[in-house]
Amino acid sequence: MSIEPRPPPRQLVAKLRRVLGGGAGWRGVFLQLLFVAVLAWIGYEIVDNVRSNLASQRIAAGFGFLTNNAGFDVNQTLIPYSGSDSYARVFVVGLLNTLLVAVIGIFFATVIGFLVALGRLSPNWLLARISGGYVELLRNIPLLFQILFWYLAVLQALPPPRQSISLFDLFFLSNRGLVVPTPIPHAGLEAVAIALLLAISASLLLRFYAQRQLFQSGRMLTIWPYIVGLIIGLPLIASLAFGSPVSFEIPQLRGFNFAGGSRIIPEFVALTLALSTYTGAFIAEVVRAGILSVHKGQMEAGSSLGLSRGAALRLIVVPQALRVILPPLTNQYLNLTKNSSLAVAIGYPDLVSVFAGTALNQTGQAIEIIGITMGVYLLISLVTSAIMSFYNWRIGRSMGG
Amino acid sequence: MKRVYLVFALALAVGFSVQSAAAQTLKTVKDRGMVACGVSQGLPGFSSPDDKGNWTGIDVDICRAVAAAIFNDPTKVKFVPLSAKDRFTALQSGEIDVLSRNTTWTLSRDTTLGANFTGVTYYDGQGFMVRKSLKVNSALELNSASVCVQTGTTTEQNLADFFKSNNMKYEVVAFAGGDETVKAYESGRCDAFTTDASGLYAYRLKMASPDDHVVLPEIISKEPLGPMVRHGDDQWFDLVKWVLFAMVDAEELGITQRNVDEMTKSDKPELKRVLGTDGNFGEQLGLTKDWVIRIVKSVGNYGETFDRNVGAGSPLKIARGLNQLWNKGGIQYAPPIR
Repeated sequence: MSIEPRPPPRQLVAKLRRVLGGGAGWRGVFLQLLFVAVLAWIGYEIVDNVRSNLASQRIAAGFGFLTNNAGFDVNQTLIPYSGSDSYARVFVVGLLNTLLVAVIGIFFATVIGFLVALGRLSPNWLLARISGGYVELLRNIPLLFQILFWYLAVLQALPPPRQSISLFDLFFLSNRGLVVPTPIPHAGLEAVAIALLLAISASLLLRFYAQRQLFQSGRMLTIWPYIVGLIIGLPLIASLAFGSPVSFEIPQLRGFNFAGGSRIIPEFVALTLALSTYTGAFIAEVVRAGILSVHKGQMEAGSSLGLSRGAALRLIVVPQALRVILPPLTNQYLNLTKNSSLAVAIGYPDLVSVFAGTALNQTGQAIEIIGITMGVYLLISLVTSAIMSFYNWRIGRSMGG
Repeated sequence: MKRVYLVFALALAVGFSVQSAAAQTLKTVKDRGMVACGVSQGLPGFSSPDDKGNWTGIDVDICRAVAAAIFNDPTKVKFVPLSAKDRFTALQSGEIDVLSRNTTWTLSRDTTLGANFTGVTYYDGQGFMVRKSLKVNSALELNSASVCVQTGTTTEQNLADFFKSNNMKYEVVAFAGGDETVKAYESGRCDAFTTDASGLYAYRLKMASPDDHVVLPEIISKEPLGPMVRHGDDQWFDLVKWVLFAMVDAEELGITQRNVDEMTKSDKPELKRVLGTDGNFGEQLGLTKDWVIRIVKSVGNYGETFDRNVGAGSPLKIARGLNQLWNKGGIQYAPPIR
């Protein structure tokens, strides 16, 4: 007797049973619903238990503290902030500081990673060994020590403010940071900004036109002189017509520190350096894996077309390698963002240091604050991986699958 | 399949059994055989371990006094080093029974943390330390200075208040740990370092060249430091409170570690009450009749503890100042044992 596979159900109810319960049918559906109900009940019990315990011990709970005065100052604030602002504003300040470090760190880490990976794959023996040594060294030392090392090394190397290194008496470098003149916007700023935007759009259009020309008639147009002329010329004309866009506030040494000007604090530099070099080592390995995953024949095909090694890498190998590189690269970006919370060790006012550190201690409401902080990091990570997934999808689409 | 349902039922049964938090800390401590005491991670004079792991300090001695009163053995204490961030959570969760970690008594801490302060071990205030080479004589000359501070304490708010009310600008550099803060100050990252005055003296000892630094005279805040216990256990609260009061009362009556035995033979009614010959005050607290004798024999009276840890008999050499007895010029005042 031959065993026939069960035909798929045709009626709606039977189809539903198949979809929801799989092989187990309606019993499977019931078990799944029971499981979800138990999970939901456990979650509810936990929240309720916490709330009643806090209430019985008369520990303050709830999110009302966010409107109270913070009462403390923060070293680096990307938005205006003073001690009499609320905890909610302090949260935003800390969040912006974290995002600043994360974005700049990701940029530099990617650059370092790609360069070191290419170096390790280079036929130059010395370069390959040095790149390999860089990766092995930085991957294996804990990040906290690297951060402390950069901080102490940066601090020790710099002079006190009264003996700061100055460049044209405009830029001052000391162990309080790099002080640069602040641009103060004047009337002409809007006109110059609009002119710059126009110049950039015109350049993009020009590039698009040149590409069309290349594909249609095979002629290569040199457009870069026009682009340079547009980007420099249009804003220049606007500033001549409408007045200078900015004037600068020159920093001056007064008493202990510099008055006027903007300052890049050494904590930020140390943290970004440490994060970039550390994550760059990991990214280098990811990129190297991606490049090695591309078939050797591609490189040979490139060189048989007359392309140099660099051009073959850039035009043929790396675009194919990107499909393998992007998912682990997303991992490294998320790691960098979360590792930035080590800033508290060197006094950089990031989200954890300012909100889950000082604000937590002052209000005592650990559960709410840690919950908010965890939620924010989760959100940042989800957004980052969403962006990378979208990019991955774009690459995959253009590769034809 | 039946097994799955059984597991479900068991899980539900476990989940439904609610644990009631009983306020019986004294019983728990006696059963455990040790007092769980939350201390700092190393602040000389208050709570710091020596190279053999023995804890010393004035906060440590309070816990040892509690252990001596309960067990007649000052070594029956488990010390839990806590950072400024997790000290209150450790107390709330029951990990420690007493938090003796130079914590400032403020209204918000008394009300929102589910804990009570049992008294003031040390009346302190916040001050500044600068390098002598800066030639600064007063905190009011610190306009636009950089100040290193440790996060997670009352220090940051006091600092902000001080500079705001004196219309001065400053740069705050806030670190998580006390040691990192001091290291940054020493390396020149900041011009000044601020924390409680007792902490300033303690950290100065740890520095490479202590004589290069000077503590400025201004005290910009009130920092009454004292032990904390959880809400909801009045008996334990009274016990810890009266251990400290007993030490102060003992100093007032002249009872010292050395003469406590002969003092028990005295006829003075006050001494007889305090040392347990008369009345049953110890038992009213849940302790024994000789509770004060046990305390003074193990850590001494308040003055001896102070001298040994932060005063003339220690490297810190802090003057009694406000911490002197009320009838000798200070404000340490304990209610009478009667």
